Amino acid sequence: MDINDLRGILTAIIFIAFVGIWVWAWSHRRKEDFDASAALPLEEDTYIESNERENI
Amino acid sequence: MDKSASYNDTVVRQFTIMVVVWGIVGMLVGVIIAAQLIWPQLNFDLPFLTYSRLRPLHTNAVIFAFGGSALFATAYYVVQRTCHVRLAFEKLAAFTFWGWQLIIVLAAITLPLGITQSKEYAELEWPIDLLIAVVWVAFALVFFGTIAKRRVKHIYVANWFYGAFIITIAVLHIFNNLAVPVTLTKSYIIYTGVVDAMMQWWYGHNAVGFFLTAGFLGMMYYFVPKQAGRPVYSYRLSVVHFWSLIAVYMWAGPHHLHYTSLPNWAQTLGMVFSVILLAPSWGGMINGIMTLSGAWHKLRSDPILKFMIVALSFYGMSTFEGPMMSIRTVNALSHYTNWTIGHVHSGALGWVAMMTIGSVYSLLPRLYNRESMYSIKLIDVHFWTSTIGVVLYAVSMWIAGVTEGLMWRAVNDDGTLTYSFVESLKAVEPYHGLRLLGGLVFFTGMLIMAYNVWKTVSDKKPVPVAVLDPA
Repeated sequence: MDINDLRGILTAIIFIAFVGIWVWAWSHRRKEDFDASAALPLEEDTYIESNERENI
Repeated sequence: MDKSASYNDTVVRQFTIMVVVWGIVGMLVGVIIAAQLIWPQLNFDLPFLTYSRLRPLHTNAVIFAFGGSALFATAYYVVQRTCHVRLAFEKLAAFTFWGWQLIIVLAAITLPLGITQSKEYAELEWPIDLLIAVVWVAFALVFFGTIAKRRVKHIYVANWFYGAFIITIAVLHIFNNLAVPVTLTKSYIIYTGVVDAMMQWWYGHNAVGFFLTAGFLGMMYYFVPKQAGRPVYSYRLSVVHFWSLIAVYMWAGPHHLHYTSLPNWAQTLGMVFSVILLAPSWGGMINGIMTLSGAWHKLRSDPILKFMIVALSFYGMSTFEGPMMSIRTVNALSHYTNWTIGHVHSGALGWVAMMTIGSVYSLLPRLYNRESMYSIKLIDVHFWTSTIGVVLYAVSMWIAGVTEGLMWRAVNDDGTLTYSFVESLKAVEPYHGLRLLGGLVFFTGMLIMAYNVWKTVSDKKPVPVAVLDPA
């Protein structure tokens, strides 16, 4: 086995990993987690009122 | 109540204000050197005002001072908000701010003095390089420390991009700058010949790929949904976008070395990966733009969203142009001409600066407990100055670049060159003028921004923001 076989195997592994990421990302089990994550930037800030801040 | 119940926005505010300051400084130096290309006497025969010394000052200031401050500010803001936890290692976070500012000041002193490693975008000499490495490790500790103590199950996609940017820049910076110091201000890089060139452009292109792309994509994945009031178009696509972008970018560097003594197979490798890069780049662009799907009407009333969408459009354009220019035969025309300068600026002004400006306008009122910026109208004026400025810049450099490329390769029947170099220089002079005008218009927008920012923050006392409950 020479270096070119290793190169071919590596290319195949990376290709399988690439397809694997697609399958993982599109699987229905991910949907709930992804929806929860996607909502994170939409959360609004709540400012701490001054009377609560006295002890900071 | 205790401190951990609120976010650390002090360091975010500090970096955000410095974004505006360094943006103005860096772009002013850019305007000066653009003018020097038309009127060389503008260096007044003073060594520290020569083009060769001011040009690295310009690139370092806009990339690392302006862009870097924006990345620090937004990374610290986003990681806290999306992890529902206060920033880890308070003192280290403060150290990254003061350390980064010190590095910028040292750069502003040493570069005009001509103290340089002569490596593009890595000009700073070894003592400053060491300081950068220390600050960067502190940045990584703060960022990943915050991720580690997060109170949210999943790590939001923006943090993946910020994280990749932080890790990769550490690796690139350290390996590209390995040098043997001779004196305090002089060192020799350990690489020689074509290996040095290969290392330099592995670093150089990944500075584009990770500093100016991955980091700003993190910004995009937080601030575009935030400003649009809608979740990102496809979270699934963002996952594939992330892994494919970081896997491919790493190999694109050799396209900077076409037709050099770099082995042909390495040039071809760089070219092929650069062309492949179109796919993840456009995946990300589409994901960003389509986030507005169903809310396009907001573009009519919100100039901040206009900044972001135009930034994404420029991202799409320059990530189409880049792969095209990396093809060896196209590169034969474009390399060493102003076309490259135009390409860089449609990325740097169109994508990086406009995304940064939009994000700062979105972020700043939140940091100072205000509903919005002092003047929405002035944001709109700034939007148009930026857009017109970058279009003038890019178009003039395209014309100048293609003109130069064609003139340099033109040969007479007897094989001699049709044009001398100075003839090509004369031919592009009007476009240098147009470029100066474009830069000046873009720069004017930054002054409008500074006024708007000042009016927004000057009479406001920041109010702490409560950390959200675990989710």
